[in-house]
Amino acid sequence: MVKRANPTRQRLAALGLLGVPLLTYPLLSLPGGEVAGIPATYLYLFGIWAGLIALAAWVAERRGS
Amino acid sequence: MLSGWFIAIVATAYLGLLFAVARFGDARADAGKSIISANVYALSLAVYCTSWTFYGSVGRATSGGLSFLTIYLGPTLMLLCVGVIIKMIRISKAQRITSIADFIASRYGKSQLLAGMVTVIAVIGVVPYIALQLKAMAASVDVLLDHSGSSVEVWGLDSTFLMAVVLAFFSILFGTRHLDATERHEGMVAAVAFESVVKIVAFMAVGLFVTYGMYGGLGDLFLRAAESPELGRLLQLDSSRAGTWTALIVLSGLAIIFLPRQFQIIVVENVDESHLKRAVWLFPLYLLLINIFVLPLALGGLLHFGGQGVNPDTFVLTLPLARGAEALALLAFIGGLSAATGMVIVETIALSTMVCNDLVMPILLRSTGKFVEKRNDLSGLLIGIRRAAIALILLLGYIYFRAAGEAYALVGIGLISFAAVAQFAPAMFGGMYWKQGTRAGAVAGLLSGFVVWLYTLLLPSFAKSGWMPSGFVENGLFGIGWLKAQALFGLSGLDEISHCLWWSMLANIGAYVAVSLNSRPDAVEASQAERFVDVFRFDARNTEARLWRGKASPDALVQLLERFLGAARARQQLATYASSRRATDWRSLPADADFVQFAEAELAGAIGSASARVMVASVAQEEDLGLEEVLDILDEATQVRAHSRELEAKQQELEAATAELREANERLRELDRMKDDFISTVTHELRTPLTSIRALSEMLHEDPRLELAARTRFLSIIVNEAERLTRLINQILDMAKLESGRAEWTTGEVDLGEVARESMASVEQLFREKDVALSGDIPESGPVVLADRDRLTQVMINLLSNAVKFVPGGEGKVHVKLGTAAGLVRVEVRDNGPGLTAEESSVIFEKFRQGGNTMTDKPQGTGLGLPISRQIVEYFGGNLWVESAPGAGANFIFTVPLPAPEE
Amino acid sequence: MSKKILIVDDEPNIVISLEFLMKKEGFEIAVACDGEEALAKEASFRPDLILLDVMMPKKSGFEVCEALRADPAKAGLLIVMLTAKGRDTEVAKGLAIGADAYVTKPFSTKDLVARVKTMLGVA
Repeated sequence: MVKRANPTRQRLAALGLLGVPLLTYPLLSLPGGEVAGIPATYLYLFGIWAGLIALAAWVAERRGS
Repeated sequence: MLSGWFIAIVATAYLGLLFAVARFGDARADAGKSIISANVYALSLAVYCTSWTFYGSVGRATSGGLSFLTIYLGPTLMLLCVGVIIKMIRISKAQRITSIADFIASRYGKSQLLAGMVTVIAVIGVVPYIALQLKAMAASVDVLLDHSGSSVEVWGLDSTFLMAVVLAFFSILFGTRHLDATERHEGMVAAVAFESVVKIVAFMAVGLFVTYGMYGGLGDLFLRAAESPELGRLLQLDSSRAGTWTALIVLSGLAIIFLPRQFQIIVVENVDESHLKRAVWLFPLYLLLINIFVLPLALGGLLHFGGQGVNPDTFVLTLPLARGAEALALLAFIGGLSAATGMVIVETIALSTMVCNDLVMPILLRSTGKFVEKRNDLSGLLIGIRRAAIALILLLGYIYFRAAGEAYALVGIGLISFAAVAQFAPAMFGGMYWKQGTRAGAVAGLLSGFVVWLYTLLLPSFAKSGWMPSGFVENGLFGIGWLKAQALFGLSGLDEISHCLWWSMLANIGAYVAVSLNSRPDAVEASQAERFVDVFRFDARNTEARLWRGKASPDALVQLLERFLGAARARQQLATYASSRRATDWRSLPADADFVQFAEAELAGAIGSASARVMVASVAQEEDLGLEEVLDILDEATQVRAHSRELEAKQQELEAATAELREANERLRELDRMKDDFISTVTHELRTPLTSIRALSEMLHEDPRLELAARTRFLSIIVNEAERLTRLINQILDMAKLESGRAEWTTGEVDLGEVARESMASVEQLFREKDVALSGDIPESGPVVLADRDRLTQVMINLLSNAVKFVPGGEGKVHVKLGTAAGLVRVEVRDNGPGLTAEESSVIFEKFRQGGNTMTDKPQGTGLGLPISRQIVEYFGGNLWVESAPGAGANFIFTVPLPAPEE
Repeated sequence: MSKKILIVDDEPNIVISLEFLMKKEGFEIAVACDGEEALAKEASFRPDLILLDVMMPKKSGFEVCEALRADPAKAGLLIVMLTAKGRDTEVAKGLAIGADAYVTKPFSTKDLVARVKTMLGVA
């Protein structure tokens, strides 16, 4: 009879946990060089960040969640 | 040309607009049409982005490259832990929490000591941060004035002081509208959300201008920067600073919920938990957008002003000005103003509540108890204290700003503040998830963490500013080497923030856990621990009442409420409470545990949980329950909860069983009703012939001299009716046997053709009497089925006698046809009688329902022939039905399956 | 002038016996074998009393009784309901809609005659 934990909250928390290794070292030292004149690190950080936000928006705003 | 007066007018107009927005928000809230939507809530969270973000990020980027991003990545990750934040909100709503100090104090037994400690730490940590905002405002005004070469002075007071006064005025106006601090300040939230929009628009406008107006886009900027080794360094992350990177993410993640203003906005001002769903991504998106152009601005500034000694913290203003874009610079100035004012307003409101409830009230209640008792209405005093606290905090900020000047102690204060409020984390998280955490543990942890923070971060910043000797930083306290403030125990190679964070957290968490494990909570703590940790499961209704025992006078409690809430509000709350207990008037309520709880909660909303507890205790004689008893009650509550879950499961089973039972009962009742109807019908059918028999017999008996003709007629009727009665009884018994399954069947191989011919022969006489033609279309032999020969004969005869009954004499025709198809034998008895309507076609198979109005032939039928026939045919796996239409005769058809061919 | 009785029943043998019984007592008789015919006969024959079966095709005795009682001009008409269903609810229903008496089948001829005479005041 234990009530199931809220799946939306769990998915969001999982996203947060996923974000920690992606946005810290040592993974952060992977991107190097540049793409179209823009430093890869800059693109990587903002890219991962935007990806997390997009996923969070999808999880949080989904109907029925 | 941006003259001083013009800037002053623009700034004043902007603040006026802010007032209007706040007033609108409050007016809408008062009208019950809140404008606080999920989007407004998410935007108001961006009060996190102060002038330290607006101006300071660019400055940080000029020296640290991308490392400024950590301050925004931390909050993004923290916010994804929605469950933690929702739990904080839920607890705060349930406990009428007014501030982060109140939260911690309430959890650990409504401790005034803890409330005071948290407040002191918050004030020490945050007042310099307020000073930083004032400094940023002053600096931005200076930049604009420098540019125009003018200055503004009003009555000899500087613009920053005037600004501080206006902000104090704003905070007082929109932050202390209600006495009840748990009441939301919707106007203030609306204004903050509005400011968030202004600052992001302003910042991005400058970013776009510099990136695409002054340079050829991102790629161009980065390319140019890469050419210079000095700037190229900023484009790469320095992996030797990996520890700092992680530490800053942790620190800012904690700051986003523990900074007093963030707690205020996220928790206290939350209208609806579901708003978090929007905030969880919209706020991080806001952070991302406001940060995209930080590095480009830093690079642009460095490239443009290289070697001119322009303060990088002012690039947001100086870059547009350098290109003569004065309007854009003015927009940037307004954006910076938004960032600073938003922070100052919310922070002072949050701090003033803490100072009033957790520092001033306890002192006031203790030292001047008599003075307080004498005064009747204290609500005015409370509001006054809060307003004074706002003014005082801003004044302190202003003084700090004036005293610090360009000192390091001000410039670096952003992260120092973060590190201060991070000290709340162990007591907060422990309090929410660990029931064993005790007040002694929380006090020890906070104190240790605070001392380490003070020693390793704040005091060294003072030393760096030259306000105190720096010996303890350079050589260690008393010259002891391993006490060097920023290399404790020889831990070096870290930046000062990570160094402080790790040592203070070690001390804080270590002391909190160790002391908690070695101390026992008191009764209040134990019950509060339960209420916090199990907030989603705590059965308030059944447990609260048992956790308080004592005597209280309702009058004293009401008096208390009136004094602290004001008479009008107290009455209003009492009325609401009374109706929640289904009483028309609070005076009819007993001063029981529930009433005391209500009074304490109301007071807590106004003066904080710790002071509320003291005040309630002063008028109610509470019996000391003792820890053991409280733990027993809580254990019991836990058990009850487990039991009630079991009970719920049992109850569901029971409900299901009951539903089944009810259904079965319903079926039985239906059967009973059918049986009742059946008996009633049978009775009617039996009484009808009996009536004629009795009446005629009595007449014959009474009058022996009856005419012979009448006599004969009567006797023949009596004989007929008696026969009818006998037939009826036989058929009823037959039907009963068939229905109950007790009929005897002699199953064997039956030649259906033979059965048909024999049946036709046996009814020949009937047909001849009525002059009805009977013909057949039957094979010489077969088909053979497995059935009871006598029963099938009964069906055939029944169908034939029905047919002859309904066809007209003389021209009537009945035809029997027998054939096989699809594994079935099909027998048809077709007549040319009046036919049946669709309704009659189904009704005639019901018991005692006869077709047509057969006045003359009535005694012939019992209304059971067809139902019995159908039962028989169905017993052998066949069907019996009629195909007919009015005026077209009737065709009764029955089928019997052929035996399966042997393999 | 003799009193007039209308006999209504769908069972021919019961009609025969009732008709004989009442004629012998000197009443003037008409018969009907369903509800609709009963109403028609009532209008033309103008009986003083109706012996009315309940279970009949077309219109039940209850319906006939209700229709007759709805006409204030026929307030003096006596109605005796006859039924083979002896349940209490039916008796109650018959009396509730305005029948003057309720007789269960099979009935005693003596009792019925006595009752009819009493009601018609010819005893």
